[in-house]
Amino acid sequence: MAFLDRVPWLRRWETILLIMLILVILVNSQLSEFFFEPDNISNIFRLSIEKAVVVVIMAFVIINAEIDLSVASVMGLSASVLAFTYEAGQPLLLGLILALIAGLICGVINGYFIAYLGLPSLVVTLAGLIMYRGAARILLEDRSVGNYPEWFTGIAQNEVIGPFPITIFIFIGLFIISFVILHYSSFGRYVYAIGNNLEGSEYSGIDVKRVKMMIFVSSAIISAVAGMFYAARLGNVRANAAEGFELDIITIVLLGGVSIFGGKGTLYGVGLSLLIVLNLRNGMSLANVNGSTQTSVVGALLILSVLIPNIAQAVREYWRRRTLDDSPQSTKLRTEVDVGGT
Amino acid sequence: MRNLIRIQQVRELSLLLILAFILILFGTQINGYFSPRTFNRISGVVAVITIVAVGQTLVVLTRNIDLSVGSVVGFTAYFVGRQLSLYNDMSPLTAVLLALAVGAGFGLVNGLIVSYGRVPSIVVTLGTLALYRGFLVEYSGSSSIATRDLPDWIKELPQQTIFQIGEIEMRALPLIALVVVIIFQIILIYTMFGRRMYAVGSSPEAATMAGIPSAGVVTIAFVISGALAGLGGFVYLSRIGTITTTAAQGLELQVVAAVVVGGVNIFGGSGTVFGALLGAVIIGTLEQSLIRMNVNEFWKDALLGVFILAAVTTDTVLLNRLREWRTKISQQMRTSRPQMKSEEA
Repeated sequence: MAFLDRVPWLRRWETILLIMLILVILVNSQLSEFFFEPDNISNIFRLSIEKAVVVVIMAFVIINAEIDLSVASVMGLSASVLAFTYEAGQPLLLGLILALIAGLICGVINGYFIAYLGLPSLVVTLAGLIMYRGAARILLEDRSVGNYPEWFTGIAQNEVIGPFPITIFIFIGLFIISFVILHYSSFGRYVYAIGNNLEGSEYSGIDVKRVKMMIFVSSAIISAVAGMFYAARLGNVRANAAEGFELDIITIVLLGGVSIFGGKGTLYGVGLSLLIVLNLRNGMSLANVNGSTQTSVVGALLILSVLIPNIAQAVREYWRRRTLDDSPQSTKLRTEVDVGGT
Repeated sequence: MRNLIRIQQVRELSLLLILAFILILFGTQINGYFSPRTFNRISGVVAVITIVAVGQTLVVLTRNIDLSVGSVVGFTAYFVGRQLSLYNDMSPLTAVLLALAVGAGFGLVNGLIVSYGRVPSIVVTLGTLALYRGFLVEYSGSSSIATRDLPDWIKELPQQTIFQIGEIEMRALPLIALVVVIIFQIILIYTMFGRRMYAVGSSPEAATMAGIPSAGVVTIAFVISGALAGLGGFVYLSRIGTITTTAAQGLELQVVAAVVVGGVNIFGGSGTVFGALLGAVIIGTLEQSLIRMNVNEFWKDALLGVFILAAVTTDTVLLNRLREWRTKISQQMRTSRPQMKSEEA
């Protein structure tokens, strides 16, 4: 314990995530000889690119002490708008623009009700989840629309550099930009400040409503883009596109050390947890584990990631109290330990 | 004056008005809408949601949320169905107890991790949502339960009429839901346990200082939520008959929607089981009537989403107005009481 106190970075959540990632990769490489093949590495990212893109913005939402359950429905709506326009014989470019506008509208609805009317985001985005999915169903009913032009599906399928399609580079670009905004800009500081103490931020002159509005609008727009990636990757769209993705996305963000109560967490952590979950799923796929078992493993990991640190802390506190009670100069020790502990 | 208008009563009254409005609206649009058949159809659908929503209400009252209920309903429906098809002579009571016990077990796991592991409930139940669904897939080996494997009594249960008021028959499944609502409404209002639930949800710190074992109360809330989800699974099995690994997937969203529309505060501390019942009935009525009206079935979800948002918004905005208005009135009365009296005289 004393050792851990002396080396603070070892106790950071990100370090634990890094160790977990290395373990997962080691186990995976033992499980399958194909793990380090470039094609497989490309697959790890390519098959979940939509989720990865939305994870980044979800980190902003949760650090801001809100939640957005509607992301997967916005993805589905955007893909359906795109498919509907294309099916009607319009140029695909128009479909892309309309899909973005659909995303913008969803974001404005979410943001208006949450930021300006002050309703809880859990409720508003739950209604959004049902509503936007319903809108997608109105557009596509039970049809499946495919046969998109080569240039569009190529975005997510063609290998540009090595085995990697262009969507992966778009994701990396988005991640870097978000990283800079969250950790090195005043907007990022506002996001943390609001997540930590909403009233305090309001009194210190932050335009809380505007920040929240911007976050929810960008969340929906990025989800709309992710919906396009989904359409491009699969080459056909149904109204239930991306259904249930919100759970995976929120899980990755929380596993990355972002507190559900807001104000805590970094994009380093979220990036690492994204890599862990994607690699874990890939490894289990290589080992022929079925999809729902994979999801259970990720779910268990989510609970354990919060539970184990809590238990460790409780044990530490118990231990500290016991040693303090036993020692004769307990008052002196207590002050020392308290300083070291914080 | 102040005691005449209670916020909670206004809320439930407004829900009743909304329900009446919906019924009248559809009554004018659909021929023969006000018939026993409509009642049976709607009450059958509402039964499952209501039972699960009662448990959810208790959890939400304590400032938590249980997202795992959909998976618990699915698992118990499959598990009890499998047991019934293996042991055809199992008594109905054993089957119900089995469902309650399995559900309560899942709820206990949630509750212990939330209250003693100090993990936020949304994290825990998001995890167990996936985990319990995974158990179902593993346990079932991706096979499903068919209606023909089940004993006759459970297949006939949804058609059984317990009593009749005029032409309206009260079938067994909605009656179970109604009994659950009444029991828990009484528990919430008249028992120490019920009041503790409100106390913990209103202010966990104050509740702890007042000597209320918060962790225990929260754990029990989760156990009840799990057990009722188990009972919901039994009703689901009886109603649907064919259970696959995706049974009741996404039910948690409908349940949370019912609770929220029913005026239970998502931040804990206020709301009633009766409100949750009204929420479930409103959502169920809306859903079934839209299907009846031959509105393109694909419009159903979109309209439902719009309605939930509208209901919650009017509720919050109206109640805030009402609260402001009430404080203003009482302030005015306090400052101007002497003059008012002289004027009246």
